Amino acid sequence: MGLLDARVSNRNVLVTSVDNVMNWARLSSLWPMGFGLACCAIEMMATNASNYDLERFGIFPRSSPRQSDLMIVAGTVTMKMAERVVTLYEQMPEPRYVLSMGSCSNCGGPYWKHGYHVLKGVDRIIPVDVFVPGCPPRPEALIGGLLKIQELIRMEGLGISRQDALKKLADKSVDPQQAIDQVRKVAVTA
Amino acid sequence: MDKGMEEAGNQMSPAVQQSKTAYDIIRERFGDAISEFDANPTMPFFEVLDIARWVDIAFYMRDNSLLRFNAMACLSGVDYPAEEKLGIVCNFESIGHKTHKIAVKVKCRRDGGSIPSVSCVWHTANWHEREAYDMYGMVFEGHPDLRRILCPEDWTGFPLRKDYQVQETYHGIKVPY
Ligand code: SF4
Repeated sequence: MGLLDARVSNRNVLVTSVDNVMNWARLSSLWPMGFGLACCAIEMMATNASNYDLERFGIFPRSSPRQSDLMIVAGTVTMKMAERVVTLYEQMPEPRYVLSMGSCSNCGGPYWKHGYHVLKGVDRIIPVDVFVPGCPPRPEALIGGLLKIQELIRMEGLGISRQDALKKLADKSVDPQQAIDQVRKVAVTA
Repeated sequence: MDKGMEEAGNQMSPAVQQSKTAYDIIRERFGDAISEFDANPTMPFFEVLDIARWVDIAFYMRDNSLLRFNAMACLSGVDYPAEEKLGIVCNFESIGHKTHKIAVKVKCRRDGGSIPSVSCVWHTANWHEREAYDMYGMVFEGHPDLRRILCPEDWTGFPLRKDYQVQETYHGIKVPY
């Protein structure tokens, strides 16, 4: 539930917890670092642009890691780039979030076997909060991933660690298999 | 020209014939330093046999008023494990002067072999030779800046060799899937 759904009294007084306000502020102004690594970056840019308009979520790219709290690893992470990604991650102030976008950064993608120069999954070097599958993921999928990050932030607070929040998030997730089967069945019978 | 060769010449497409004419000019000057002409329809080529003369040939190809191969369109590396050789294939064009094209192959030993650099002839060759070195490991003698261009500088091995085995770790990061 969002903060704005809370009851506002007639004197414009809003009663809520500090945690809530903090989380609401953080999740409504996620600033990803503006860097892209391969074809997925094109899709990320398209998501940033007016058609999908990430700014309505308060998300807009910053050109410095010092000003970012979200890293969207969009594309193929080469071995050469891997160490730079770690440096950039370390330069981001905490609390920071990482979204791995696309098969390449999830697991090596098309380069998983013969791509000698590709890191087979960015989670080998930095902790990843949300993986978005696809090659490339559509903007809707990326937005879905960003909403997951927002959900994660909403769960955080005193007394609940990131690990617990992530676990909770995973527990809440729905197995897509059913939906896939259903769509398949419809497609077959049609 | 005997009859058989003339017939073969007639079968060549006009483009290949142009390459043959260019080849004949080079052959006249360098004789046995280069191989016979190969009338490959997609990429007519010849090989440099005396690779010590490769730079001379290159200058001649660029500066001769009948050849004027002023553009190196591409330089690719090749691995020939059966012959124990590494090589390059260079594609030349003459932009703004002639319509002819030709490819040149140069080979060297697979272990510790070297090929003279033509980066002083065509500046395009500078990065292309670095790439060939990066992927295959042949040395280009006389290259002004022969470093790896794509792989990290401390990468082990040459990835496009047929017998390449990827390293297990790079700076503590696991490389294979
Ligand atoms: S996952 Fe696909 S689209 Fe994305 S960077 Fe890799 S190859 Fe490109």
